Amino acid sequence: MSPAAAPERRASNTVLLALRARLPGAAVRSPGASRRRSGLWFAAAGLFLLAAVVSGTFVGPVGLGVGAILRDVASHVPFLGVRSHLTPPESAILWQLRAPRVVLACLVGAMLSSAGATYQGVFRNPLADPYLLGVAAGAGFGATLAIVYGGGTALGSDLLALAAFAGGAVAVALTYAIGRSAGAGRSAAAFVLAGVTVTSFFTALQTFVQQQHAQSLQAVYSWILGQLDTGGWHDVLVLLPYAAVSAVVLLLHRRLLDVLSLGDDEAASLGVSVGRVRLVLVVAATLGTAAAVAVSGLIGFLGVIVPHTVRLLAGGSYRLVLPLSILVGAGFLVFADLIARTVLSPQELPIGVVTAFFGAPFFAIVLRTSRLT
Amino acid sequence: MFRRLTLLIAAGAALAALLAGGSPAVTYPQRIVSLSPTATEDLFAIGAGKQVLAVDNQSDYPKQAPRTRLSGFQPNAEAIVGFHPDLVVIQYDPNKLVAALKKAKIRVLVQPSARSLADAYAQIGELGAVTGHTPGAKALVERMRERIAALVRSAPRPATQLTVYDEVSPDFYTATSKTFAGQVLGLFGLKNIGDVADDGSGFPKLSQEYILSADPDLIVLTDIRCCGQSPKTVAARPGWSGVEAVKRGAIVRVDDSIASRWGPRVVDFARAIASALRTLSRQPRG
Repeated sequence: MSPAAAPERRASNTVLLALRARLPGAAVRSPGASRRRSGLWFAAAGLFLLAAVVSGTFVGPVGLGVGAILRDVASHVPFLGVRSHLTPPESAILWQLRAPRVVLACLVGAMLSSAGATYQGVFRNPLADPYLLGVAAGAGFGATLAIVYGGGTALGSDLLALAAFAGGAVAVALTYAIGRSAGAGRSAAAFVLAGVTVTSFFTALQTFVQQQHAQSLQAVYSWILGQLDTGGWHDVLVLLPYAAVSAVVLLLHRRLLDVLSLGDDEAASLGVSVGRVRLVLVVAATLGTAAAVAVSGLIGFLGVIVPHTVRLLAGGSYRLVLPLSILVGAGFLVFADLIARTVLSPQELPIGVVTAFFGAPFFAIVLRTSRLT
Repeated sequence: MFRRLTLLIAAGAALAALLAGGSPAVTYPQRIVSLSPTATEDLFAIGAGKQVLAVDNQSDYPKQAPRTRLSGFQPNAEAIVGFHPDLVVIQYDPNKLVAALKKAKIRVLVQPSARSLADAYAQIGELGAVTGHTPGAKALVERMRERIAALVRSAPRPATQLTVYDEVSPDFYTATSKTFAGQVLGLFGLKNIGDVADDGSGFPKLSQEYILSADPDLIVLTDIRCCGQSPKTVAARPGWSGVEAVKRGAIVRVDDSIASRWGPRVVDFARAIASALRTLSRQPRG
């Protein structure tokens, strides 16, 4: 371990014990017991994700039959000699539509949830979501430009995804630049306010362009509501590297999130380079968020619901919250997507509507609980 | 004697003119502003083109229509009044536009989207009556009726009913048979796969899985200009290469403006469908 990291690790361990003592209703447990408890939570989250993936694959608007699906999966395993009974359209539905959709929902859900948890820790704001720094507004503006000026760019096309990613990245860079230059202290609050500024600005630009080209409204609105079904395996492959990099970086820094959540001065006094850590975390979280938004549009509420639920159940330490958010977030979005495509079958609800439906009452619940760190 | 005769002839002529003209002479609007692309097409098709002063920015047909920057979508009452129109034709009433124009003592005609061919014909008749082109309107409606009937007769109707998927946008919004376009498709005896999912709006969002399993024989694309769709992009969608319509190339491209209006160019829409059905019937089923 590098000399710079060693004090951080020591600091975070001390801080963790102190944190646990601080949290209401939590006693300082022995390391063995807490490790067992966290192991249980991981197992529970893993089971939740597994249940989601299984239901997402077996259930859908077109009933394929559990047995038929299992047989088809087995037929892809070499040397088993099992033949599939699915017709070509059914096989296409299973492997070209449902399977990539479930995987995409896992990736997007994981990234948005982990980004939300990270932002809540970095900015010490319980209502921070992945779109706090302007990613949503910037990506929306980029997507609008692509749809309006891209010569009839198809939804789900690479140009659209690229434009959305670029827009989101530019917006966050702008927020960071404004936040850093904001007066003394460069506090977390400055970044939040800069994010609000940039969001308003890009939203206004987007609205202006949309009004000038009214025929683009349907396409832009559809993109904003979020979609997980137009990409196929292509989108999954595009998203995978960003998801991997983002997840790995965030997971490696989860102890530092605990330290940061004490406060800038306290963290600095423990030897943590606040500015550098904040930058790394924000870049990693934004990378994941921008990539998720680029392929699947703006899916809201996930970044707040999942981390808070995990905190309510497993405690406020980011050592647990971050990996659990990844697992639970993936499962949650798969379930939400399942609802979106089965509740009004064969009609389909936009995924953004389903998550908002869960999100609104959830905010009310969050406001009433005491454990908001 | 000559004087009495001239007087008699003059009186007779005046009486004849009075009787022929009926009540006080009717003046038809000469400064029409149309904020509805469909109404624009109707007006020019019935022969009232010379009475049209200005049309909105979306009215791109016919080419000679006096297009302005007026918006039918977010109309500015002041800008409209600035043209000093004597008749304004609109499609819907946003931001209390009708009330504002009435205050300015301007006549407004609201012609909302037609839900059926009968509605469309009625609107053409209404425009004819209002602009003094009733014969022109009648002739147009007759022409449209005849041509559509001829196209429907000419299109083959196979023994097993063909299924159709009418795509309004690439995220699988479809037009059911309750919509104007859907009704035209219904004339050809096509079964619309979107009907099962109709939520009353006529434009439900379908699940891709359902579309693949319904395996439509014909796909109508009306999202060409807005969203860059074409038979090639449809065939490239994951899982779509096995769809019957894709395999047999039975994908009809209809320009967005034709599919979204209910004017004289509905004949072009019917023609495209008839032509696709004829081509389809010449191929054996895959």
